[in-house]
Amino acid sequence: MTLIDEAPVPQGADDSGAPLLEVRDLHVEFHTRDGVAKAVNGVNYTVNAGETLAVLGESGSGKSVTAQAIMGILDMPPGRIPKGEILFKGQDMLKMSGEERRRIRGAKVAMIFQDALSSLNPVYSVGFQLGEMFRVHRGMSKKEARAKAIELMDRVKIPAAAQRVDDYPHQFSGGMRQRIMIAMALALEPDLIIADEPTTALDVTVQAQVMDLLAELQREYNMGLILITHDLGVVADVADKIAVMYAGRIVETAPVHELYKRPAHPYTKGLLESIPRLDRKGQELYAIKGLPPNLTRIPTGCAFNPRCPQATDLCRSDVPALFPVTERDGADLAGRGSACHYWKETLHG
Amino acid sequence: MAELSKKNEPAEPVDATPNVTEVEVVDAASETAAIAAIEAPVDRGEPILQVRNLVKHFPLTQGILFKKQVGAVKAVDGISFDLYQGETLGIVGESGCGKSTVAKLLMHLETATAGQIFYKGQDVTKLSGRALKAVRRNIQMVFQDPYTSLNPRMTVGDIIGETFDIHPEVAPKGERRRKVQDLLDVVGLNPEYINRYPHQFSGGQRQRIGIARGLALNPEIIICDEPVSALDVSVQAQVINLMEKLQDEFNLSYVFIAHDLSIVRHISDRVGVMYLGKMAEIGTDAQIYDHPTHPYTQALLSAVPVPDPAARENRERIILTGDVPSPANPPSGCRFRTRCWKAQDKCAEEVPLLAVPERFKGQDTPAAHESACHFAEEKDVVHAA
Repeated sequence: MTLIDEAPVPQGADDSGAPLLEVRDLHVEFHTRDGVAKAVNGVNYTVNAGETLAVLGESGSGKSVTAQAIMGILDMPPGRIPKGEILFKGQDMLKMSGEERRRIRGAKVAMIFQDALSSLNPVYSVGFQLGEMFRVHRGMSKKEARAKAIELMDRVKIPAAAQRVDDYPHQFSGGMRQRIMIAMALALEPDLIIADEPTTALDVTVQAQVMDLLAELQREYNMGLILITHDLGVVADVADKIAVMYAGRIVETAPVHELYKRPAHPYTKGLLESIPRLDRKGQELYAIKGLPPNLTRIPTGCAFNPRCPQATDLCRSDVPALFPVTERDGADLAGRGSACHYWKETLHG
Repeated sequence: MAELSKKNEPAEPVDATPNVTEVEVVDAASETAAIAAIEAPVDRGEPILQVRNLVKHFPLTQGILFKKQVGAVKAVDGISFDLYQGETLGIVGESGCGKSTVAKLLMHLETATAGQIFYKGQDVTKLSGRALKAVRRNIQMVFQDPYTSLNPRMTVGDIIGETFDIHPEVAPKGERRRKVQDLLDVVGLNPEYINRYPHQFSGGQRQRIGIARGLALNPEIIICDEPVSALDVSVQAQVINLMEKLQDEFNLSYVFIAHDLSIVRHISDRVGVMYLGKMAEIGTDAQIYDHPTHPYTQALLSAVPVPDPAARENRERIILTGDVPSPANPPSGCRFRTRCWKAQDKCAEEVPLLAVPERFKGQDTPAAHESACHFAEEKDVVHAA
């Protein structure tokens, strides 16, 4: 299991063997008028340098909240982290002071947001906003920062960067704006990038350009990448390993090829069967019945049990742990886990 | 607006005079005849809607006091297609290609700059009064965003029942409540929810309410503008299945507009691909997806991420450079030429017409379908090599 490392890793410097990022038993809840919404309920994952982890889930599954907790940009209150650790190179970021976290945020861990237009400040030029990274974190002069901004815009293949550096966000197209967001995330050469639905607002032809660029830059800088998305297609194209989330928990983890070939959780299986194919015309789509649960009233036992075709009394009473998944003969399947009491039946039929 | 059209475009009917002036004088007899034609049933497989050279230009003006037209956004620039009774016609394209404007034109929510929309032989763009109302009853719409297309201050019963205030002949006053409950049942919602407000429903349930509203007047055509793109993956399949079931049950024809190519293939009998206000290619789903001949269709299909990691090494991907040009100032000749890898001088000079390409004419091959490219060539980009 690469996703859930059982042994605690020694603290220390970069090359101590500690994973780049390790999230341990993270819980996040929000206090709302309707009660406590449990957005994240014990999430574990690790990301290594140069690796792409895709976090897949529907809206409300907790995938973005986990990312915000890692970045330290959760609104608290109403948010609260009652439990958990977020280890960046072996150090728990949740125990750091505000000043320490600020030094990591942007410089070591950067984020790309979904909607570039609302994430960029409309009253400053993009050059100013890109340069801000260097002025604030590196103490560069305005002139140096502007030159750096042009260099970055070149890196993300914005044509005529030198002429466009003083343009404002609204003067760029959606794809170009997302490139600027990527440039901003890359500015200080971080070790880890979290991309939250980076291409959801883009058209497919532009999406392909942006994902290609992101993958290329990741290889070049050997960065870790957490790709948060609901699109099974995008994941298949770029990810190394996948964590599927449902109602604040990881329900299945697997290397990307394995997951699509042989899902070990009924939710993953249902999702894969419910998307139409591009290369052939199918029959009626399989539809997962019901709706994702309300986070203030998550069902007891397995959160997926009211929608699951094979739920039993055990599923309604006991929360399944993330069981390691093995072959029929007991042979280990590296990196695979399923939070289903009946993963054997799901995987082996 | 005629003077704005590029001189090297073919003589398309870019009519400057709005059609509204002509419809003022409609005598009662011809109106009754038009209504009779509209109410007449159409056989399955016959064209129910015929669109010819449809154009919509939005004027760009300058100046505050003395507004002067300085140009036009050519949102839809001469498209033609037929919709047959009982079929689903999918329309795909990137944002800004004019697909939603087509939907609004078909609904007569926007007035066409030029061109005709024939509904059972009657030109909708020239109708008014009772005849137009009869057409509107028969062409309904399901909108993209179920969160903003339902009035938050109205109950579900009022939202669906409001249609009967405008078309009282469909349901007499005393029966309306029962009729609304029937509709809720048809779309898979509990009929007891009739007094609830939209915020009490999830996204998928709201879209079901939107569909119930579209069905309320027993229409023949439903225009669906991105009906599932705001929904979660696991809920999308439920709504798609519902729409297919309703099509069989009520013998509906759909115009299904979406940017998700996989969903369009699943639901459509025929598919049209739009680019910058023009139809690039149109054909059956197998012709478009398995035998595309227009380079834009090929690029679009190859860019779709397929949920199959094994295919990622085997599929050829065509990555287009640049963005879609502005529809206010589209390229001369073929509009796709600025991003096309096959473009030659001819493409800048001559607008390619939407027709079966010369080389495939008369041949019994799936590649022989309408494609607006000078250098149309078949290329399979969807299936792994």
